[in-house]
Amino acid sequence: MIELTDIRKAFNQGRENEFHALGGIDLQLPAQRVTALRGPSGSGKTTLLSIIGCLSRPTSGRVRLKGQDISGLPERFLTDIRRQTFGFVFQQFNLIKGLSALENVMLPAYPLGGDWRELHEKAQRLLGDLRLSHRREARVEWLSGGEQQRVAIARALINDPEIIIADEPTANLDTALSMEFMAILEKLSASGKTVILTSHDPLVVDSSIVHQVVDMRDGRVVRQDTTRNTMESPA
Amino acid sequence: MNAWIAKQQYLIDFTLSSLARRKAKNLGLLIVYTLIVFLLASVMLFTHALRHEAAHVLDGAPEVVLQRMVAGRHDLIPPGYLERLGRIRGVQNKEGRLWGYYYDPVVKANYTFMVPNREPVPAGTLVVGAALAKARGLAVGNVISFRSYSGKLFGFSVARILSPDTELVSADLVLLNEGDFRNFFEIAPGYFTDIALSVANPQEVRNVATKLAQQFPDSRPILRDEILRTYESIFNWREGIVLALASLAILAFAIFAWEKASGLSAEEKREIGILKAIGWETGDVIKMKFWEGALVSLAAFVFGYVLAYLHVFHTSAMLFTPVLKGWAVLYPHFDLPPVIDGFQVATLFFFTVFPYAAATLVPIWRAAITDPDSVMR
Amino acid sequence: MIFQPAIIALLLASLVCVGLLVVSAPFAFDIIRHWNIRSGSERQLVLERRTYLLSTLLTFVFATQLVALLLFVFNADKMSSMFVGAMCAVGTLNVNVFGFPALIAQIVVFFLAANWLVINHVDTRAHDYPLVRIKYILLLALLPLLLVAAVLQLRYFLGLKADVITSCCGSLFSEEAPGVTGDAAASPPLPTMIAFYVALALAAGAGLFYRLRKRGAYFVALFSGAAFVVAMAGILSFVSLYIYEHPHHHCPFCVLKPEYHYQGYWLYLPLFIGTAAGLGVGAIQPFSRVPSLTVIVPAFARKLATLAAVMWSLFAAVASFMILNSRLVLLEG
Ligand SMILES: Nc1ncnc2c1ncn2[C@@H]1O[C@H](COP(=O)(O)OP(=O)(O)OP(=O)(O)O)[C@@H](O)[C@H]1O
Ligand SMILES: [Mg+2]
Repeated sequence: MIELTDIRKAFNQGRENEFHALGGIDLQLPAQRVTALRGPSGSGKTTLLSIIGCLSRPTSGRVRLKGQDISGLPERFLTDIRRQTFGFVFQQFNLIKGLSALENVMLPAYPLGGDWRELHEKAQRLLGDLRLSHRREARVEWLSGGEQQRVAIARALINDPEIIIADEPTANLDTALSMEFMAILEKLSASGKTVILTSHDPLVVDSSIVHQVVDMRDGRVVRQDTTRNTMESPA
Repeated sequence: MNAWIAKQQYLIDFTLSSLARRKAKNLGLLIVYTLIVFLLASVMLFTHALRHEAAHVLDGAPEVVLQRMVAGRHDLIPPGYLERLGRIRGVQNKEGRLWGYYYDPVVKANYTFMVPNREPVPAGTLVVGAALAKARGLAVGNVISFRSYSGKLFGFSVARILSPDTELVSADLVLLNEGDFRNFFEIAPGYFTDIALSVANPQEVRNVATKLAQQFPDSRPILRDEILRTYESIFNWREGIVLALASLAILAFAIFAWEKASGLSAEEKREIGILKAIGWETGDVIKMKFWEGALVSLAAFVFGYVLAYLHVFHTSAMLFTPVLKGWAVLYPHFDLPPVIDGFQVATLFFFTVFPYAAATLVPIWRAAITDPDSVMR
Repeated sequence: MIFQPAIIALLLASLVCVGLLVVSAPFAFDIIRHWNIRSGSERQLVLERRTYLLSTLLTFVFATQLVALLLFVFNADKMSSMFVGAMCAVGTLNVNVFGFPALIAQIVVFFLAANWLVINHVDTRAHDYPLVRIKYILLLALLPLLLVAAVLQLRYFLGLKADVITSCCGSLFSEEAPGVTGDAAASPPLPTMIAFYVALALAAGAGLFYRLRKRGAYFVALFSGAAFVVAMAGILSFVSLYIYEHPHHHCPFCVLKPEYHYQGYWLYLPLFIGTAAGLGVGAIQPFSRVPSLTVIVPAFARKLATLAAVMWSLFAAVASFMILNSRLVLLEG
């Protein structure tokens, strides 16, 4: 599904504080699997995730998405791919304060200009699936952490993405909420979504839902364990 | 096309809610913006109304008026001048006019007494302007008396009151019979206040004026076009000067707008980052910000213009009167009739919205290019 | 110079537009020199973001130019009462030699900016931005023109003196006037009318043909350009006469006056849109062979050609309506 070849990312190029966050990553991420990126702080997980999710472009190297080379695409087209293919769940939920839960869920679909009624219904259905119907008109800053995250998940799903990207999704949650998140993740994975996430949390990384763990250190992949849970993985 | 419209609706929707969420900041901008529009619109509406009035007054005036000058002052035309005029090529009609001013101590106002050349008023009666009639409480058939400058009392009955539609030109007008006029002001027969000449072909006016100047060295011809042009350029010039000064205000406003637009709060920056991360494109953010500017501009423009309209036409430009009294020589009591002019609205729009748009262009772009991955850090 | 709000506004607008473009010229240079779409370097990312600024800027300049053009003509018309001999915009524009050149320069800038935006539009549709260099070279080429237009306008306004005696539409567009305008006005109505309708039919037809067959793009542009000129001549020689219902009042500006119910706008709006769209079809045609544009260019050109065809037909319809509705009879029998 996603193929990375010799991905490098440099920050502050040509200045004295030039920094190579990624130094040649080769990686294959299969479709309909849950992949976790693991590694110490500063190892480049977030940087890699943002390249995979078309949030940024690699300084060099190739990214292939379903066979199409997308590494040289300008931002305009990356955005297009991003909103059709990826849904994001961030560590700090990143909801827009002052808007209701429902509005937040609908936001990614605004630039597509679809029918409002359809969009509205879809957002309500997603919130209902995540047991948030009763809170849909509430402003997001009044929601609890777990509720906020579920709103963020609903938002990630509004454009029907094939791939869900989650950066440290459980870092702001307690154990019970983390378990709940993993349960949602399991459902998504079972419904055929590809999930790519980063985490320190053993609860996530060691969970049986995760099919593949990629260990990173200093901007390189040190170990790629693709053998886990092959029994459970869908055909 | 439908998707495009739907998208703009979504963007406007979002913009409205985002404006509402930052009330304090946007209210400040709106107030300053409205104030600028109000100021400029007041100046423009005011001068335009004056100009319009001047043109209106001069509309029915004769093309050329001949005044006699004695010691540099306007004096009566002595008998024989009208005949001496003879036939000047291009002059369609010529007539002596009789008019003068009369101060009425009762209402402490100046009236214009005039003898109409068409539709003469029967002796002993008057036709009066509506404003005057109201001030003196007159109705048709009433009798009014005036004490002439020589101290004699004259009584007249009111034959007709001029329609209020013409109030602008006729507010202080008193029309009377030629004989009555001559008696009242003690002007001997054959004398006139001035001579009016009508010239059909506008191209001929200058030739006529030249000939008059040669034939009557003691008189001066006054051209209607000249007066019109003088008024026009005086008004334009004054308005221009005021606006040039106002340019400083506009500049200050542009800087203010620039600051407002570039001084994004951390919250706003984060919001744009989120929008970009969840799939908004740079162009979408620019469009959204464009709508924001457009909505604010529109609101400020409408508020400012309506306020200015009320100010100029319902309070007689209250704020300006102390400064601009000198402009009102034409009409000491000016009750300006409301005039709106598309061209003027367009100019005003250019003066206010254009600097705002230009000033916010770069800050908008800066905000829009926020890294989409910034929210992950 | 005459101090006038509209004049100050126009000068301000052209100053700001020129200023913005001059300031952004180095950006355009940078893009031309360093653009490399394959690279993921930070510099390339910065350049890419600047293209958004430049597109937004040009859109802004274009919109300003459009409003300024209207205001310019409007203002000229309004100021006619200040000059001896002027009855409408023509007289005001004739006060000095810079009036008409300034107007023409603005119209040219308007059409060129429209074409640039058309090229920009197709370029940003293609995933490799194939026209970036060409686009910004064109932008730099547009800059001197904008400058010329601004200077002409400035010279024109500086040279406005209230005591000048000018000549207006009555003499400039009279049948006896020397030069093109006189010739256009004096041309016999029937042949001119035929030429007028033939030119419009060709422009609309070429647009329609392109829509159906995707061929003849350059003809759309050529015929639209020609139709613009012929249409202006037509307005001058007979359409205006029908509007004024006067056999000798040839003037392309008085039609914009309230006395004639602003009928001119109904004529000029489709005329300008049709011309811009038609020229746009030709402007992007040279790039139809660029690999990433082989689909995009014809698709967008088709839209533009359709728009041009509609606008030219509309223009013809509006003109015909005005002629048929007029009480003036130019052609007997
Ligand atoms: N925009 C940037 N400019 C400069 N350096 C950056 C930038 N973004 C990331 N880095 C650096 O790149 C390195 C990798 O960062 P990244 O956020 O990918 O790490 P991470 O593995 O996600 O860490 P954590 O577990 O703490 O989230 C870090 O050293 C960071 O300082
Ligand atoms: Mg991280």
